[in-house]
Amino acid sequence: MTQVRFDTTDVDVGERESVLDALLRAGADVPYSCRSGVCQSCCLRAVEGTPPSAAQVGLPPTLAALGHFLACVAHPKDDLVCVRPGALAGAVDATIRERESLAADVVRVRLTPSAPFDVKAGQYVNLARPDGLVRSYSIANLADTDGYLELHVRVIERGAMSQWIATDATPGTTVSLRGPAGSCVYVPGTPDEPLLLAGSGTGLAPLLGIARDALRHGHRGPIHVVHGGRTAGALYGADELARLAHSHSNVVVTRCVLEGPTSDGVVQGGLDGVIAARFADLTGWRVYLCGNPDLVRTLQQDTFLAGASLDAIHADAFLTRADAPAASS
Amino acid sequence: MTSLFERLGGQPAITKAVDVFYRKMLKDPRVARFFATTDMNRQRAKQAAFLTMVTGGPNAYTGKDMRAGHAHLVAQGLNDSHVDVVIEHLGATLAELGAKPEDIAQVAALANSVRDDVLNRASPTGASR
Repeated sequence: MTQVRFDTTDVDVGERESVLDALLRAGADVPYSCRSGVCQSCCLRAVEGTPPSAAQVGLPPTLAALGHFLACVAHPKDDLVCVRPGALAGAVDATIRERESLAADVVRVRLTPSAPFDVKAGQYVNLARPDGLVRSYSIANLADTDGYLELHVRVIERGAMSQWIATDATPGTTVSLRGPAGSCVYVPGTPDEPLLLAGSGTGLAPLLGIARDALRHGHRGPIHVVHGGRTAGALYGADELARLAHSHSNVVVTRCVLEGPTSDGVVQGGLDGVIAARFADLTGWRVYLCGNPDLVRTLQQDTFLAGASLDAIHADAFLTRADAPAASS
Repeated sequence: MTSLFERLGGQPAITKAVDVFYRKMLKDPRVARFFATTDMNRQRAKQAAFLTMVTGGPNAYTGKDMRAGHAHLVAQGLNDSHVDVVIEHLGATLAELGAKPEDIAQVAALANSVRDDVLNRASPTGASR
């Protein structure tokens, strides 16, 4: 008899019952529709216990790796504690231990959480400053081995959080973290798979994290990193990327700018144009896209039409407050 | 008698079919605009549910779901010609996956049976499937 917990519902799953059956029987509020493992409305995430892989069929491997499963076809062997797919774990305090400028308007922040904080490279966290203001930032490093979380913050002219981070958040400052969230993560198991990691601006942060994670797992297939910016000033991280490419022969770096002069190792062109020109056939590739929302949306479609499978395209659009939709009825 | 869904190979075949079908739709200027602001992840699940339904697989789509789900597209001008395009690409997709002409005809019939729901109009009296 396996036990499943979801929200305030604790229920034993009967022999012939699915997790969904049991939860609904116990009065839990779980969305569902087809009850046959197809529509994915009943997708939940197991934060404790391993869900049956048979209940992960049809989910992209990134979500499966993060414990997502379809409740209507799940007959678990393990006890499970489940949450809704978008739920963020409770708040953990973290201290800023380092803060360094990576470019005119990009700050690298390294934080040490006060309690174990499980996060995969490429995911993001919600960072709250003492007065409660919250923004999301992606993890650029391998936090488990480094012992700290690394974020890359673009300092925006009227950005409340980014300005605070750049000016007031000196080492020793305490912030609060909730999360992790997002599913742009490396999935071990296909070491020869070609990877395309493309992003604009600080979209480089999660891509760096994913590349590092891939290399840590001994990934052998080509890892193409394409980093775009409006101008040369918007690109950062040249040294770090060069270091990766130098020490790993399967890492290929392309940097591009939309406007203005190029320099050594930087080509002219928008991210979408450069990708369309250099990656005509992405059949069998795994694609990670991070950064500007319009660009990410365009690239999702472009890479799909170039042959990448829908469940091999992972996107994380960096929305700013300015992108928030106006209140609607 | 097994369904086309089962004969094609069930869920894994549908996952492949979604890629093939959805690519055809996005590349077709007659219907691509209806996908302009679509969240591709959510589309994946919806297309899978649709393909499962029309190949006779397990599904819980109701006429009401089809009506509500397409209402905003009808407002953008979705009409019979677009439904025809969908059925055309459905057939081509299934043919690529090895379905026989009889199966494809059956699928077209199933897709046609929800045409009035998709376009949010009353079925002609007496017409039923």
